This record gives sequence, C-alpha cells and structure tokens, in this order.
Amino acid sequence: MTEPLLKVEGVETYYGQIHALRGIGFEVRRGQVVTLLGANGAGKSTSLRTISGLVPAKRGRVLFEGEDITRVAAHRIARLGLVHVPEGRRIFRGMSVEENLDLGGFTVAEEEVRRRRREAAYAMFPILAERRASDSSLLSGGEQQMLAIARALMSEPKLLLLDEPSMGLAPRLVQEIMRTIRRLNEAGTTVLLVEQNARMALRLAHYGHVLETGRIVLSGEAAALEKDESLAKAYLGGGPRNEGVAAAG
Amino acid sequence: MPLYEVLLQQFANGLILGSFYALVALGYSMVYGVIKLLNFAHGDLYMTGAFAGFGALSLFSGWLGGGWGGIVPAILFSMVAVGALGVIIDRVAYRPLRQAPKLSVLITALAVSMLLENVALAFTGGQYTAFTTNLGFAGVDLGMVHVTYTQMVLVGASVVLMVVLELFVSGTMHGKAMRAIAIDQDACRLMGIDVDRTIALTFLIGSALAAAAGVLAGVYYGSINFFMGFLIGLKAFTAAVIGGIGSIPGAMLGGILLGLLEAFGTQIPGVGSEWKDVFVFAFLILFLVFRPTGLLGRPEVERM
Repeated sequence: MTEPLLKVEGVETYYGQIHALRGIGFEVRRGQVVTLLGANGAGKSTSLRTISGLVPAKRGRVLFEGEDITRVAAHRIARLGLVHVPEGRRIFRGMSVEENLDLGGFTVAEEEVRRRRREAAYAMFPILAERRASDSSLLSGGEQQMLAIARALMSEPKLLLLDEPSMGLAPRLVQEIMRTIRRLNEAGTTVLLVEQNARMALRLAHYGHVLETGRIVLSGEAAALEKDESLAKAYLGGGPRNEGVAAAG
Repeated sequence: MPLYEVLLQQFANGLILGSFYALVALGYSMVYGVIKLLNFAHGDLYMTGAFAGFGALSLFSGWLGGGWGGIVPAILFSMVAVGALGVIIDRVAYRPLRQAPKLSVLITALAVSMLLENVALAFTGGQYTAFTTNLGFAGVDLGMVHVTYTQMVLVGASVVLMVVLELFVSGTMHGKAMRAIAIDQDACRLMGIDVDRTIALTFLIGSALAAAAGVLAGVYYGSINFFMGFLIGLKAFTAAVIGGIGSIPGAMLGGILLGLLEAFGTQIPGVGSEWKDVFVFAFLILFLVFRPTGLLGRPEVERM
C-alpha cells in the first residue's frame, strides 16, 4: 500500500493548562476527502491548527508525505504544500481581492506563474474577478469564503485543510461552497475538512472521524457514518429534513 | 517683509522640517503596524544615523569632497549600517519578547533608547559635533525669500525615499507581506510567509529611513549631538498619530503637516518660536481626543 499523504499519530495538544487533544490518530490518503466531525470544543479546529503548525503538539507525530513535520514552523509546512484555510476565513482585510490572492501565491517565485494562477482563480470564482480591485473586507461572507479558498489554491497545495467553510453562510451559499470543494477534489486536491454541518460533510467525504473532548470516538467510511444511529442522534440532528447543524456541548 | 513672503519662507522651512519628520514617522508607523510596538528607540536610530553619516563623510570627504559627492555615499553607508543595527535590535531585544505582554516590549524599547543615547554620550562627551559640508548657500530668490539648492535637494531626497518605499510596499511581494502581517500574522504563516523575517525587513527599512533623515538633518543644521533623536522621536510619533498610526501614506502626510504646523505656528501673533513644541504636542492631544485613528487611519471594520 502507498504511504498516506498525511498521517497523524497520537497527537496531544495543550492550550495552557487545557488538554485540547488527548491523543488523536488518523490518515488522509491522496485524492480523498476526509472529514473531522464533532461538537464545539471537541478539538476539530485544534487538530487542524496542530497539523499546520500554528500550535505545537506536546506529544505524537504528524507526517506529511512520510516526512515528520511535527516541529516544523508553520510557514515551512505551508511551503511543503499543506495549506490551511482557517476558521473565520482570515482574509487580509483592508487589502484588495487581488492582493489577497497574490499573498496566497507568496511562495510562487515567478510573477508569470502567479498571474496565471490568479486568472485560474478568477475563472473558478467569477465573482472575485468582478471585485478584484475592491477591499476584501467589503465582500459578503460567502465571497470572503471563496476568496479564502482561492487564496489557498494559489500555491497549488497537495493537501487543503478547510476549517468550517460553511460557517455563517446562507444555505444556498453552503451548497455552493460544498460544490466547490467537490470540484477541487475531483481535480485532484486532497482535502481534510472540518465541519459542524455533519450531514453535508459526510456527503462529500470518503472517510469521517468523530471527535469528542479531544479524542476520536468513531471512524469509518462516510456512507456508513451517515447511517450510524448514535451519530445521527448526536450530530446530524433529528430527521433527514434537518440540515443538521450539530448540537453544542 | 510682506506677509506672503513670511508665509512662503515658513512654508519652505516647514516642508524641510516636515520631510525629516515624515522619514522618521514612517519607521515608527511601520514597526507599530507590524508588531504593535511603539519603538521608543526609533528616534535614537535617527541620531545614530547622523553619527554614522558623519563618520562616513569624514572618511569619504578626503577623496570625494564635502559636497553631495561625499554626502550621498555617506547617506547610503549610514542607511545600511543603521538598517543592520535596527535588525540586530529587533533580533536581540524585541524578538525574544514576541509572546510577552506589550508592556515588557515597551519598557525594553525605552531601555534600547537609553542605551543608544548613552553610548553616543560616552563617545562624544555630550558635545555638539560640527557636521561640516561645503554645500554653500547658492539658491533661488523669490522676493526676500531665499531657498538654497541644498534645501531643495533635502526635500527632494526625502520625497525620492518615500516614493521608493511606497513602490516597494504596494508593488512587491515582500511589501505586500509586510502589510499583510500587520493584519493577520497567523494567516501569513499559513501562506508560507516567514513572519520573523518580514518583521526584520520592516526594521531594516524603517531604521534605514531614520538614518537617512539623520544625515540629512546633520547636513541641514550643521551640527549633531547624542540627544537629537529624543525630541524628533516624540514628534515623529505625533506625526504618525496625526496621519493614522500604522498607515504609510499617513506617516508621510502627518510628517509634512506637522512640519508646516510647527513652522506656521511660530508666526501666530503672541506665539513665539519658543512655543513651537507646545503647539505641536497640543495637536497630538487634540488628535488623540477627537480623532485617535488619525487622518488616514481607519477604525477596524468587522464583517463576518
């Protein structure tokens, strides 16, 4: 079997005294969409932040393409092709859409390549092309999310970490973001997706892992997880008509 | 002298003063922008720059002369040397405190300021050092107002430096990264930007600009001393606040405005030139009370 693109082994992370991750392990294989599910505070965002190097792991290992990146600085991890779109988009407010995209391509050495990728981003998200010169903070929430994703794509990442891309968006926009993620995956980008909208995430993903207070309590193929009754009760809300924003707590 | 000539003379004076303030304010504002530190040592880098330029000019003037032929290389030398000093200060004094409370860094900045001043004091014995050049007083006469070529070149050199800075900051990837780390450092890391190196670059540029201003001021005033950075540091801070701290065009605008205010302020009947500093800092207080974001600074807009 080929080695996984990302392998997380027994990772524990602390925020001060708070033991946020209590030993999690999973793999992401090339071409997959893997999703991390769970309630608020379960450790989903912390998992992504630990993998991308924003917070240090206290114990355990993170391997990317077989290379140990546990102690590697965040900007070096990004240069390896592991790019994290953080929770809340974190676009550069006060800078234009175009400048945001350029910064996503900071590691691209050639201006010509950066320009080509920018045009590709505009082709993928025409709304961004219309607003290329506007201050990015004036974009709507959905447009900001698209900009955050487009910005991450500028470096042509091998693995894209997406943290709550649907957060705060109207249902129509959630659908659009999800379609975008599917398109990206079909075009070859491997995705690790954190979502509170579990039903939506499982429809996209190949595999899913459910976190609870810093541990993985349930793993499996997405299709199987979607049918899992205990999961349905805890995270998918009541009936299939409910679009399933996970219950807090 | 007719009033318009007085005003014209003060306009020329204010422009020169203002361009020094602007050059120093730029570094103040850029450093504040990226790490939210009021770098109290910044004025002392201007002083150090004046001495570095003086030293270089003393060496160069033997074969390059005491005119611009010697001054320009002296300015460049001073910018490189003091730029490097700024980077070293950041690396040694500020970077280890990146995660520490802001107050710790502020106190460290005060300590760095005192260190630089006292080193200069020890070397000069507190005496004024004559900054001799042979630029002469040739210039253009507009009625009773005489503007020397030297004064024009001083303003011109400041403008050139500011234009180059603006082109760098808005047109290059490193310039964009500098603006971006002022907005969100973690997001920058996730884009592959080396935040520590970009901060070092900010110190390099800010310190080099202050050094250039220091040498130009030495040329203009004809003497330098260990304490010359103190007041201009405070005034550059004022200029940065007036323009909107963290904003690069704001620092330029604030510097020029402050220079003009100071020059014209001395002409208000009943307000002599001994009141000029009172005048300047009264403006600082007014701005802090009524428009703390400055002329070009803007309040944070939040939108989710």
